[in-house]
Amino acid sequence: MAFNRKNILSLNELTSDEIETILDTAESMKEVSTRDVKKVPALKGVTVVNLFLEPSTRTRSSFEIAEKRLSADVLNFSTSQSSIVKGESLVDTAKNLEAMGASIIVIRHSMSGAPFVLAREINASIINAGDGAHEHPSQALLDLFTIKQIKGAIRGLNVLIVGDILNSRVARSDIFGFLKLGANVRIVGPGSIVPDYFKDLGVEIYYSLEESLKNVDVVIMLRVQTERKSLEFFPSLREYSKFYGLNKEVLKNANDNVTVMHPGPINRGVELTSEIANDPKSVILEQVSNGIAVRMAMLYLVSSGEKK
Amino acid sequence: MKNKVSGSDEINDFVSSSFKKINFSKIENLVIIGVKTRGEFLGQRLVSLIKEKTGKSVPFGTLDITLYRDDFKNKTEWPQLKKTEIPHDIEGKDILLVDDVIYTGRTARAAINSIMDYGRPSSVKLAVLVDRGNRELPIQPDIVGIKIETSNDETVNVFINEVDKKEEVEVIKENGV
Repeated sequence: MAFNRKNILSLNELTSDEIETILDTAESMKEVSTRDVKKVPALKGVTVVNLFLEPSTRTRSSFEIAEKRLSADVLNFSTSQSSIVKGESLVDTAKNLEAMGASIIVIRHSMSGAPFVLAREINASIINAGDGAHEHPSQALLDLFTIKQIKGAIRGLNVLIVGDILNSRVARSDIFGFLKLGANVRIVGPGSIVPDYFKDLGVEIYYSLEESLKNVDVVIMLRVQTERKSLEFFPSLREYSKFYGLNKEVLKNANDNVTVMHPGPINRGVELTSEIANDPKSVILEQVSNGIAVRMAMLYLVSSGEKK
Repeated sequence: MKNKVSGSDEINDFVSSSFKKINFSKIENLVIIGVKTRGEFLGQRLVSLIKEKTGKSVPFGTLDITLYRDDFKNKTEWPQLKKTEIPHDIEGKDILLVDDVIYTGRTARAAINSIMDYGRPSSVKLAVLVDRGNRELPIQPDIVGIKIETSNDETVNVFINEVDKKEEVEVIKENGV
């Protein structure tokens, strides 16, 4: 078992072995957060820049805590405070950060592929913290980690992703991740935002929530992304919620021990009812705590060992 | 050049001599911690021996020092991270660290640092199966199984049943002469 990647850009390019390595490492990292002193010196003297060019609280704070638990020096960067508003290009900004000694850049960008451009131009390690509607690797890895902790294994599970698949980077990363580790993946939502080209990957496509929930072990609810124009694809939030909102009644169609996940932030009453959000079946807050361990593992792995 | 310096007898002797050096008047306060990978199993054997001879169950934990290494950045091979499990509150306890080999003292330094992040033990003692000399830090073990004179171009390998299906300590000279 080895991890020779300098960057973590997408689940699509990771092998199942590499994904397992990240999950195993996260398991060890999780223990660090249970100690009196929640800090280990692994990244002492390493400078990590969080280059978040799109709003984010959860992912950015989670990365920042992960970096601090590994003793890295952390620099936070967001659009409003940066020279990007003065017209500096992304690559130039990153090259400047690198010239200041940054050895890992965690990037969130509204354009799909932005982290790949940086990875080509920059020597520092690049971690994709979400690029446009493309991928959100750390979210998928923490989803996999959470499910592995609850169910013991991923292989053979029936996993359902509900909602705006078209505009969701979480969905893309989750689909690649769960398929690579041997789960069966289904997607469901209004036809306008559930593209049928996912069939080619072996994903089953549904348009009825009730039908799609049969024999399901894991339900991943996606957020209705009002900022990424989800609303242009269906008539109203109320209609969406009526047909694709998760409530106690409709969840009875799934397996008894079903686990409900949501990448956050949740719109209570739209994607799921408050009753579901607060139900023991829902692991939304576990996902958030596991996110720190998984991101520690990602940071640790890109910075250790010999890189190709 | 390979040189077998000892086998299962010496390893058993180490465990029983460690047992004899335990302060039994304070055994309630003792926590044994094995340094991964082989120290874990040596530590476990000591815990079993104590249980067998005295009927007392001594709390046992394991430590992976990967995240505390000082050669982290210039390591070319990828250091696989293993799990640390310290099951008990170690505040005020007497810790006995168990490892297979002491060489530069850097692993022991990392292990001590790591333990301090869990609390403030009353004391930390170190038991090692093999002391191969060549220390780079002012750290000395309290209990030693075997002392071997080695040079820096030699490697000391410890094999134990639980991991390697054999019991042996060997010294290998890198350049083959």
